[in-house]
Amino acid sequence: MEKNKTSFLKKPAVQTLLASLICILLGLLVGFVVLLLINPAGAWNAMKTIMLNFWTFNSTRGQLKNLGNTLVKTAPLLMCSLSVLFAYKVGLFNIGAAGQYVAGVGMSLFFAIGMKAPWWLCVIMATLAGALLGAISGFLKATRNVNEVISCIMLNWISLYLVNMLLAPYMDINMSETWSLKKNFPAAVLPTLGFDKLLNNHQYITLAVPLSVVIAVCIWVLLTKTKMGFELRATGLNKNAARYCGMRDRFNIVLTMAIAGGLAGMGASMYYLTDMIKWPMAVTAVPAMGFNGIAAAFLGGLHPIGAIFSSFFIQHITDGGSFMEKIYPAEIAGLISAVIIYMCAFVLFFKQQMNKDRRSGKKGGKAS
Amino acid sequence: MILLLQYTLLFASVLLLVALGGCFSEHSGVINIGLEGIMVFGALGGALVMRVLSPTTNAFVVILSCVCASMLTGMVYSLLLAVAAINFKADQTLVGTAMNLLGTAAATVIVKAINTATNPDNPSATIAYVDIRKAFLIWPGKEFSWLTLLTVVLLVVSIVLLYKTKFGLRLMACGEHPQAAASVGINVFKMRYAGVLISGLLGGLGGLVYITAGVSEWKFENGVAGFGFLALAVMIFGGWKPQRIALAALLFGFFRALSNVYTGFPFLTRLNLPSTVYNMLPYIISLVVLVIFSKNSAAPKAEGIPYDKGSR
Repeated sequence: MEKNKTSFLKKPAVQTLLASLICILLGLLVGFVVLLLINPAGAWNAMKTIMLNFWTFNSTRGQLKNLGNTLVKTAPLLMCSLSVLFAYKVGLFNIGAAGQYVAGVGMSLFFAIGMKAPWWLCVIMATLAGALLGAISGFLKATRNVNEVISCIMLNWISLYLVNMLLAPYMDINMSETWSLKKNFPAAVLPTLGFDKLLNNHQYITLAVPLSVVIAVCIWVLLTKTKMGFELRATGLNKNAARYCGMRDRFNIVLTMAIAGGLAGMGASMYYLTDMIKWPMAVTAVPAMGFNGIAAAFLGGLHPIGAIFSSFFIQHITDGGSFMEKIYPAEIAGLISAVIIYMCAFVLFFKQQMNKDRRSGKKGGKAS
Repeated sequence: MILLLQYTLLFASVLLLVALGGCFSEHSGVINIGLEGIMVFGALGGALVMRVLSPTTNAFVVILSCVCASMLTGMVYSLLLAVAAINFKADQTLVGTAMNLLGTAAATVIVKAINTATNPDNPSATIAYVDIRKAFLIWPGKEFSWLTLLTVVLLVVSIVLLYKTKFGLRLMACGEHPQAAASVGINVFKMRYAGVLISGLLGGLGGLVYITAGVSEWKFENGVAGFGFLALAVMIFGGWKPQRIALAALLFGFFRALSNVYTGFPFLTRLNLPSTVYNMLPYIISLVVLVIFSKNSAAPKAEGIPYDKGSR
C-alpha cells in the first residue's frame, strides 16, 4: 500500500495536478485573508460567492444563464492561455497575448461593422492580426535579440491605442461603445449551431465555446504528436542544438509567436462576435483577458487539456467576484489569480520536494 | 516650452529612478520584470501617507515621510521577488509578471476598501491629494519637483556605490559570475537580496514621483500604464550603466512629456495628428531603440539564472 502510494505521487501528471491544487488553495487562502481584513462579518459569504459563482442563484434559469455567461468568457480566456502556453513550450514568454487579443478585437469589430463582413471573415482577420503582432515580437527576438517580454509589452500598448483609433468611427454615441452587432450587423454574429439550446436558449452561447475546446485538443496534438511540434519544442529547449540538427531555429521562433498571437486574436473574435461585449470609447487599460491567460496557462500545468479546466476555474472565480456584496471590491478575484500565478512560480520547488523524499512522508506532506 | 521642460524632467526622473532600480537588480543577477508592480506599491505607500497628512504639514516633513513610505513599501514588495527568485530558484519572468498583476489588483483592492470604509458611497479606487502635493514643488505653480533633485542625488550615489565601493563591485561580480564571486568569499545570496531590495527602494520612489507628476489624484485600477517596462527599455538602452541610463531617461522622458503638452506647440498642432499618436510615441520609440541596441547587449552574464552553488 505504502509503496503504491509513493509511486502514485511520483507520477508527473499527479504531481502537476497536486501542484496546481496547492496554488489554488494558497491563492484562495490569501483572498480569504484579504476579505477578512476588509470586513470579517461577511467574509465567509463573500468567499463562498467567489467559489460558487452561478450556484449562488436559486432558480435553475438563473444558474444556467450565469453558467452560460461564464462559459462564453471562458472561450477567449482558454484561447489566451493556449497562446501563452504554446509560446512557453517553445521557451518564449508571450506576455503579449493581451495585445494580440486587443488586435483581434480591433480587426473583428472593424470587419464586422466597418466592412459589414460575415462572421467567418471577421474571425480570420482577427486571427491574422494577432498572428502578425505575435510574429513581430518573434521576428525581433529571432533577428535582433530583443527580449520578447519587453517588446510584447510595448506592442500591447501600441495595439491598444491603434485599436482605439481604428474603432473610433464605429461608436454608438449614446452608449459610448461600438454598435451592437445583433441589432445592426447580424451577419457578423457567430452562429450558434444549436449549442445555445443546451443552456436554456442562452443568448450568447455560440460555436465559440466548443470550438475553443477543439482547438485546445488540436494544440495538444500539434505539440506532442507532430514533427512540427517536436521541432518547435526542440528549439525551445536548446536553440543551438536545434540548429545543429538542421532545424530552422529563427523561423521556428517567428512561427511560434505567430501561432500564439493567432490563438489570442482568434480568442478575441470568439468573444466580441457574440455581441455579449462591446469595445468602449477611448480605453485606457489593456484588457485583463490576456493576463488572466497567463494565470490559466500556468495553473493548467502548461498542458492544453489542463488549460481547459484552469481557464474555466479562473473565469469562474472572476465572475463570482462580481457577485459579491458591494463592500468587497470585485478585484479580489484578480488578486487571487495573481497570487495563483505567483505560486505557480514555486511549482518546480513543490515538485522537487515531492520527488526528494523517499518515503513520501514528512516533507511531501509539508509541501502539500 | 517651459512646460515641456517641466514634464520632461519629471518623467525622466521617474524613468531614471526605476531604471536604476532595474540596473541594481540585474547587476546582482536577478531580472526584475516586476518593476511595474513595485512602482504601484511605492505609489500606494506615498499616496496613503499624503492622504493621512493634513495639508498644513510642513513641506519638508511631507516630502520626507512620503519618500520614506514609498521606498519602504517598494522594498517590502520587492521581497516577493527576492524570496522566490533567490531562495526558491523560481522562474524570474513568471514571478515578475505575477508581481505586476498582483500590484495593480492588490492596490485597487486596498484603496477601494479604504475608500468604502470612510465613505460607503465612494467605491472608487482613486486617491486625491490636491493640496498636499504642492509640498513637492520647488516654486509654487511650476512643476519643478524636489523629487527631481533627489533623483539627481540618487543618481550620483548610485554611480559611486556601483563603481567606487567594495559593495558595488561585489554586487556586479554576482551578476557576471556568481560562482567565481562565491569562491572568493562573497555571499551571493546576500548580494542578490541587496540588489533586489535596492531596486524595490528605487522603484517605489519612482512610483511616488510618477503619481505626483502634474496630477493631483491617482486611479489605482490603472496601475502605472507600462512605465515599469519603459524603464526597462531605458535600462537596456543605457547599457546597464547609470550615466547612460540618465541620458536615455531624458530622451524617453521628453517623448512622454510631449504627449502631455503637444497642444502648446503650434507646429505640432498644425500637423493635426490624433492625440493617440503622441500617446503611442514613447512605446514606439522604445521598441525602435530595443531593435537597435539589443543585438550587442551588455547585459550581466548571469542574469536570470538562479544561483546554484554546485554548477561551475
